[in-house]
Amino acid sequence: MTKQDADCGRTQAFELKVGLAEMIKGGVIMDVVNPEQARVAEDAGAAAVMALERVPSDIRRDGGVARMCSIEIIEGIRAAVSIPVMAKVRVGHFLEAEVLQALGVDFIDESEVLTPADEEHHIDKNSFNVPFVCGCRNLGEALRRISEGAAMIRTKGEAGSGNIVEAVRHLRQINGDMRRLKGMRGDELNTAAKELQAPIELVQYVAEHGKLPVPNFAAGGVATPPDAALCMALGAEAVFVGSGIFKSADPEKRARAIVQATTHWQDPKKLLDCCRELGEAMEGIEMSTLPENERFSNRG
Amino acid sequence: MSVPRVGILALQGDVEAHARALRNAGAQSFFIRCLEDLEQGADALLLPGGESTTISKGLEREGLMDPLRDLVRSGVPILGTCAGAILLSREVKNHPVPTLGLLDALAVRNAYGTQLDSFIAQVDPGAQPEFVDFRAVFIRAPQLDCLGPEVEVLAQVQGRPVLVRQGVVWAATFHPELTADLRIHETFLNKLCS
Repeated sequence: MTKQDADCGRTQAFELKVGLAEMIKGGVIMDVVNPEQARVAEDAGAAAVMALERVPSDIRRDGGVARMCSIEIIEGIRAAVSIPVMAKVRVGHFLEAEVLQALGVDFIDESEVLTPADEEHHIDKNSFNVPFVCGCRNLGEALRRISEGAAMIRTKGEAGSGNIVEAVRHLRQINGDMRRLKGMRGDELNTAAKELQAPIELVQYVAEHGKLPVPNFAAGGVATPPDAALCMALGAEAVFVGSGIFKSADPEKRARAIVQATTHWQDPKKLLDCCRELGEAMEGIEMSTLPENERFSNRG
Repeated sequence: MSVPRVGILALQGDVEAHARALRNAGAQSFFIRCLEDLEQGADALLLPGGESTTISKGLEREGLMDPLRDLVRSGVPILGTCAGAILLSREVKNHPVPTLGLLDALAVRNAYGTQLDSFIAQVDPGAQPEFVDFRAVFIRAPQLDCLGPEVEVLAQVQGRPVLVRQGVVWAATFHPELTADLRIHETFLNKLCS
């Protein structure tokens, strides 16, 4: 038996987790709170749905503790669509994750949008068979989440803000961090790994390949078709949309338009078509009016 | 034909993985996202893995269904993997989607279950010689059922067809693009050259 065979137990599972993330590339993952919204998302061409009880802008408005979605809602959504169904757990809440794995969701988002359950530890995602996605603001966070077992990375952005500025900041930060590693010598990579607080093997991988070892998606603040296109242009491989669709005036139309914009981000004429007759977008929040302690992106 | 040019349908899915596999197998590729992209002229076509609902809706939205079907009927070979295999099939069970209908088979979507039932398996012994021991990655995979008489089974897993061919139409229910083993892409391209 070769070493690779001996490692099969873990690496096979990881290959399958990343495999599903690969299948969602080029697509849009939409937040939905009931089966009707899930059907609207699927009909519009969503590549997956995220089941939750309240979209991020409502979580922000309501305050209090935001937890894992009720099982009945997830089951209802799963029965309504054929595309993958994701659901969120609180950062560090590995028992919520056990419950969702037992339920058989396709992907778990260990999400800063919910109220963190653990302020020091993330879930040991390597010990699960279900794949996880995690948010990050920079390369260090991304690589730490990957070393814990995340099979997909997304920017945190600022969920529920309707403001793309934080997602842009995080995409540029991650990609800039990766470009900096590319030209480094071995000894410099060792120091970089220390500064990034990330495992050297993952730092070396990024330096060699110029990209993360898992798909790299955008999330947090996408409200319009050009927002989605901007994320793709900045190197995102797919886009999550939370409040941006179902908090807008015409969710069906906007959902379709954001799907098209994600596919045709390089084609300004198609983008123009995507922007026609969309109705009102969700209301946005200017970042300077959002106190640091109310920012989801500072969590997890 | 020196270096074949393969048009990859790039509406959604693991498009880059196929582009990499084709490059490693010695072919060029370009992406098809709308009708105008077809003008580049493809020696062969490729339908990637992804979400078949999403891709099917994109094919209809972009008006690509009929032109792609016509190209294949005029003899341009096509390979579809996973979602691509669904989109090639005559009929779909379990959340049906509109398809190209070029492969005489019934595709059963998500036939093995949810993501937790995704798996990796070696193809069964008795596969066509060129695919023996192929390590196949199945992600929320479909199954192909009710194969028509013209459909040739090239490899099976657990006694079910996973790689089939009907004339110029090739379909895999797994993802050869996710492993470094290039045999399926290469064989598809070789048949193209010969």
